[in-house]
Amino acid sequence: MTKKRAGVPRLPHLLGIEGLSPETISGLLDLSESYIDQNRSIDKRRDLLSGRTVINLFFENSTRTRTSFEVAAKRLGADVINMDVATSSVRKGETLLDTAMTLNAMRPDAIVVRHSESGAVNLLSQKVNCAVINGGDGQHEHPTQALLDALTIRRRRGRLEGLLVAICGDIMHSRVARSNIHLLQIMGARVRVVGPPTLMPTDIDRLGVEVHYSMKSGLKDVDIVMMLRLQTERMQGSFVPSISEYFRFFGLDHEKLKIAKPDALIMHPGPMNRGVEIDSEVADDINRSVIHEQVEMGVAVRMACLEALVGGRRNALAGAAA
Amino acid sequence: MSGSIDRLAPQHSGATAFINAHIVDPTADTDYRGSILISDGKIADYGPNLFASGAPYGIQLVDCRGLYLAPGLVDTRVHTGEPGEEHKETLESAGAAAAVGGITSMVLLPDNDPPFDDASLIEFVARRARQIKLANMYAYGALTVGLEGKELAEMGLLAEAGAVAFTDADHAVGNAQVLRRALYYAKAFGALIVHLPQEPTLSGGHMTSGEMATRLGLSGNPPLAEVMLVERDIRLAEMTGGRLHLAKISTAEAIAAIAGAKARGLKITCDTAAPYFALNDLAVGDYRTFGKLVPPLRAEKDRLAVVAGLKDGTIDAIVSDHRPQDQESKRVPFAQAEPGGVGLETLLPVSLELVHNGHLTLPQLFQRLASTPARLFGLPGGRLAKGAPADLVVFDADYAWKVDRDELWSKTKNTPFDERPVQGRVMATIVGGRTIYCDDGFATVDRAA
Repeated sequence: MTKKRAGVPRLPHLLGIEGLSPETISGLLDLSESYIDQNRSIDKRRDLLSGRTVINLFFENSTRTRTSFEVAAKRLGADVINMDVATSSVRKGETLLDTAMTLNAMRPDAIVVRHSESGAVNLLSQKVNCAVINGGDGQHEHPTQALLDALTIRRRRGRLEGLLVAICGDIMHSRVARSNIHLLQIMGARVRVVGPPTLMPTDIDRLGVEVHYSMKSGLKDVDIVMMLRLQTERMQGSFVPSISEYFRFFGLDHEKLKIAKPDALIMHPGPMNRGVEIDSEVADDINRSVIHEQVEMGVAVRMACLEALVGGRRNALAGAAA
Repeated sequence: MSGSIDRLAPQHSGATAFINAHIVDPTADTDYRGSILISDGKIADYGPNLFASGAPYGIQLVDCRGLYLAPGLVDTRVHTGEPGEEHKETLESAGAAAAVGGITSMVLLPDNDPPFDDASLIEFVARRARQIKLANMYAYGALTVGLEGKELAEMGLLAEAGAVAFTDADHAVGNAQVLRRALYYAKAFGALIVHLPQEPTLSGGHMTSGEMATRLGLSGNPPLAEVMLVERDIRLAEMTGGRLHLAKISTAEAIAAIAGAKARGLKITCDTAAPYFALNDLAVGDYRTFGKLVPPLRAEKDRLAVVAGLKDGTIDAIVSDHRPQDQESKRVPFAQAEPGGVGLETLLPVSLELVHNGHLTLPQLFQRLASTPARLFGLPGGRLAKGAPADLVVFDADYAWKVDRDELWSKTKNTPFDERPVQGRVMATIVGGRTIYCDDGFATVDRAA
């Protein structure tokens, strides 16, 4: 255990996957691994972050990510404050920095931020003295989701390198897709993106991925099928004609799954739209679907991230002097 | 910048001679060592041989010590916050920034609150300019009521009140029928219509489409949104015979379309703004909202096309597209940030890069910055001619410095050029014979004969 501690990556913030080194990612995954047993034992709590304060600042509704971060911080012994500003009157961007500076004055050790605008977390990180973890910003990045997906895959397949992964569906509006594209490629996996052209971001191929407009060609021989939620709330105007048409051509069912490798894993970042991007039977197939395992890995990954960002800091006062 | 603004600079009753200058004459397309004599606020004489054997007594002398002396810049795209948003910029603070930038005439966009769709606003600007006594200030009239692109504004009355051209500023007129009627109607007054060609239904994004937008997770505007309207507008201008000037051209395809129209003999003109030949979409990396502009900064190939368009003359003029925004408008997530950048003080130094890099000669640069926009908009300045207003700029083309937003005279500091190393600095700005700005380094010159 002590040996592993020595290899803990140290980061000032975790704003995105883009730009991280393979060593840092491996280090975070190794560290996450060490927390899985702890989470499965009866005594789940350690005192590593005892006396530290972690604020969950969520400008956008989220149950699972916020809960996952909360559980992770508490299991490390930190004090956790949840701020859900999505439902309050704080809606305009002007108040983002005010909120950041107010919270900063309370000297937290880490702030986990989710925001509906791309880049909002980067902006906030420039105004606070503590560590900032991106809990998802607009259509930009969701780094802990990519890490937990990678951990899930690595445990099931023993590696990331050389695997063929298909990320399917609403690529355009997905921060999960962008973080996964970066991480999987940094770690040596090959990535395909599959979906209707209207949901493909411009020049996505310049990120190094293979682009497919049909599930038939996109799923051929893949090791991993990663489905994305159709983000109707981010859509302005007509991207797909109807939900039923979308499911017919881009929803994952047993028929389409046959195109992938026989042991291909099915993943979904949740929450799922059953019957929209994924058939219920496939989602619940215990032999293929690792969707619940992803949630479990999420807690371990977030514990590792908190340790990497906060664990090494003496205390908040040292950082606040800056 | 260390220098001083002098709103109350006197206009000497006698004559003043700027001697030992390197004169840039854009309309004659030459530059040479010589002198300019000004009297009663006008250029009395100029040339290489003037005072070659010494200036006569009784004339005030300004020794330019070999610095460049050119017509002051004519910037036809300036937005201030007055009236409506005076906390961002007033006409006076914009006038000071213009003076520091060597701009002697500017044309104010009509998208204020209230918009300039009523003659009283045009008169307001003229009255304020007379009080402020800095750069010459002219105003656009709105093309349509409320800049909404639906009903024509009172172009005749606005023109009578002094509007020098008509535009809906950064709002493209999406309805072809409205622009067609505007171009027809404007013919009655010989009025120039300035249009920003960006297809509105494709311009809802926050930066240019492409790899960078995809990486940043920002919705993009395709570059084709520009050429689509350029091509439409060319047809409308051809059909109506109206005078059309296309604003802020930023893409290779649009430049090619305009070059084609010009080759067919159409009298279409266009401009670009300094950011489009000096920056590309990398400038918004890391969500820098100071780089959020309308149209958005484009890819490198488009930037190169803008440089080429300036060089071959397809692009007739360069504007600053000065648009002040305060912290509340810029220190927010990128998608929520207001677009626009200040540009009055950086227009000349950034444009001089085109000369330093060998794309343009100095006279060619001053055609695009002064004489051509003045001619298109029917303004008296922007050229050297006997009897023309003594609107001049003295500058050091080689002086190297770094843009520092905190040193800008503009009320707000949202420059996309922050920290950019530039070469070229204004030493003095003269409007109607009055030295309204003087750099500390130039003030030491003995002005008395």
